[in-house]
Amino acid sequence: MSEFAAIARGVTKRFGRTLALDDVGIEIRAGESHALVGRNGAGKSTLVSILTGMQVPDAGEVSFFGEPAPPVADRAAWRRHVACVYQKSTVVPELSVAENLFINRQDLGGRLISWKKLKRQATELLETYDVAVNPDELVSALTVEQRQLVEIARALSIGSRFVILDEPTAQLDGPAIERLFDRMRSLQDKGVTFLFISHHLQEVYEVCQTVTVYRDARHIVTAPVAEMSKPDLIEAMTGEAGGLNVPSGDDRPSSADEVLKVSALSGESFSDISLSATRGEVIGLAGSASSGKHEFAETVYGLRKPSSGSISVDGASVRGGDVPAALKAGIGCVPRDRHHQGLVLDLSIAENATMSTAGRFVWPSAQRSAGSTAIASYDVKAAGPDQPVSDLSGGNQQKVVMARALAGDPSVLVLINPTAGVDVKSKESLLGVVDAQARRGKAAIVVSDELDDLRVCDRVLVMFHGQVVREFARGWRDQELIAAIEGMSSE
Amino acid sequence: MTKAMNPPVQAPTPPPKQKFQFARYQDLALVPVIIILLIVGAVLSPIFLTPGNLIAVLTQQSELSLLVLGQAMILIVGKMDLSLESTVGLAPALAVALIVPASAGGLDVGLAAWMALPLCLLIGVVIGGLNGFLILKVGLSGFMVTLGMLTMLRGLQLAITEGKSLIDVPESFLYLGSTTWLGLPAAVWICIVCYAVGIFVLKYLRAGRSLYAIGGNSEAARAAGIRVDRVVWIVLIIGSVLAVVAGILMTGRLGSVAATQGEGMIFQVFAAAVIGGISLQGGKGTLFGALSGVLMLGLVEQILRLQGVSGFYIKASYGAVIILALIVTRFATGQKQE
Repeated sequence: MSEFAAIARGVTKRFGRTLALDDVGIEIRAGESHALVGRNGAGKSTLVSILTGMQVPDAGEVSFFGEPAPPVADRAAWRRHVACVYQKSTVVPELSVAENLFINRQDLGGRLISWKKLKRQATELLETYDVAVNPDELVSALTVEQRQLVEIARALSIGSRFVILDEPTAQLDGPAIERLFDRMRSLQDKGVTFLFISHHLQEVYEVCQTVTVYRDARHIVTAPVAEMSKPDLIEAMTGEAGGLNVPSGDDRPSSADEVLKVSALSGESFSDISLSATRGEVIGLAGSASSGKHEFAETVYGLRKPSSGSISVDGASVRGGDVPAALKAGIGCVPRDRHHQGLVLDLSIAENATMSTAGRFVWPSAQRSAGSTAIASYDVKAAGPDQPVSDLSGGNQQKVVMARALAGDPSVLVLINPTAGVDVKSKESLLGVVDAQARRGKAAIVVSDELDDLRVCDRVLVMFHGQVVREFARGWRDQELIAAIEGMSSE
Repeated sequence: MTKAMNPPVQAPTPPPKQKFQFARYQDLALVPVIIILLIVGAVLSPIFLTPGNLIAVLTQQSELSLLVLGQAMILIVGKMDLSLESTVGLAPALAVALIVPASAGGLDVGLAAWMALPLCLLIGVVIGGLNGFLILKVGLSGFMVTLGMLTMLRGLQLAITEGKSLIDVPESFLYLGSTTWLGLPAAVWICIVCYAVGIFVLKYLRAGRSLYAIGGNSEAARAAGIRVDRVVWIVLIIGSVLAVVAGILMTGRLGSVAATQGEGMIFQVFAAAVIGGISLQGGKGTLFGALSGVLMLGLVEQILRLQGVSGFYIKASYGAVIILALIVTRFATGQKQE
């Protein structure tokens, strides 16, 4: 047996005119957790699809534990070599956990399906990997965390000892991420190899031993994590020296002019929150996924109805639970999830960017020029305003959402997870937009757990179980803030 | 965001123009097919390209085209309405029954004859509004609600008329169904105006564009400030009203309301819409495309009829044409239809 769980050498892949991978390689030592990082479009996704046999490389070879990769048509052989937990779930939501674990082999080698046997085997399997899930439960009733564990258990039960985790932490909150990492470590002790893909560099340092960086379809570097400093890593990813260049905004002019006033607002998952934002102020709102921060922000924008309390912009009260009223009052929003709420993927950039603000008549030429303006002012990498947003990378899609939020020149911005799942460069550019808007006298609420997002804020409010429990002025320490978010704040 | 299956988009490379241009003119995709059909028709039959024949095709398709117009908008917004075909029959039948005496098969209510048209349109508004209420406010499945409505409305018509045709039809119906303006039947003019308005609204009005946003991603539409439920409700009502107009024209053209008026049309409606590029998933397609789907089906039917193909075979070939057209669009667009 080879000491490498997976090796790819000289892999080249092109899609039409786009070179997705240019003579790249990766060597993943058996029993390690190997991180693959790179900006959107660096070729990570293509490598994953080649390593899982979903795509055939134009040139190059792949081997697992010293054996050459099976032919593409032999899905069963691929599944024995490698398993991948995608961000998008690959389980069937309306079937039980037990059936999902043994999907397409429910008969367990027999002629007829024995549901009793299936359940027993599923229970055993879940116990082996210490997954606390009832095998009779429907997968649709599971949390994201449980669903991922079921997928990992299924992969391991097929016999694969090499698991690819494609941005597994993107939808998890802090404690769940920690539990995932604990599990990765214990599986690693049992000899399982991981290829770990994430946009959060901190996670790479926490859980991986080796890191490989791709940039613009090329292999840049592979090195032990311990020998790679964070600035070095970012330099390898972006090709530019220096760390994340986020404007801290501590030189932003402040003002006493109140724009947004929220009084005793209560609603689903939060109660009695008051807050006021002045012109040019950026307020961070942090907390775990269950803290109620999303619900609060969505209520301010009118996506949810408040049960009591009031919202006013520039002294005029805003009707609750009414998005058009909020837009009219001057509140713009980047919603929580760009695929789910932010964009209509089949429509063009121009149409998405102008969706909230178009007049009664929509002239295609005016719409296109508004689209071109958005592309230019928010640094969207696109072929033109007519391009459907489904063609864009995540970072560029998020810039279109930002363009839409700002299109009506609102005086208050509500930004929910504004940099979720975007690469370092796009993150810088998006946070730069927030800073620039604040300098123009806009107030902003940034709802996020990402420390980089919160650094742009003048103050950070931490929510826990629907209440604001702490407030941090500029200059907070990372550990302190994280402790407060996890509910460990010293009362 | 890492999408494992899709090739990454490398933005700075020269723009991949080819794909977009096709997408931009996708709604013209059937125009060459229509031209070919015209040529084939002319070769096979000397009278095919005469004004009389072409007007006959347009007139025959006018009622179907109004249903397709309504259904296309409903599909774009991400819903479907199966009950349109029953509305075609029930609305004129009920309106006529409320006017004529029992001796002529009516209900003996004796409303004034001038009320026929307004009454019909009102019935359409009520049916569409009821569908919308059940789907949007009660939260029932649109497919099942309108399937139930399809059966219920048809049954209601049979109950009111005791399964008989109503032949004592008000003058206003007959006028619209038979008169010609500037050499074209009024029915054709009505369709032209309805499509022109529809195409304009869906292209140039914010309200019209919101249909695509809602059908493409209703959550995103809501977050963008579009009043999703209101728009969907209005679209359902417009769809029913267009079905009523189709029913009025059909009644006028035939001079009576048959108990089976409109029955079976819904399949052609879906066929024409899908052939014309309207996605059953919502958010895609244009009204011009839908109209060309209607015209294409009409031309095929007329060519077969002029060739003396029996009515039964025309029906079979209709089905074959639908499947063939789907295959052609599948390969022309390169996209799987779900």
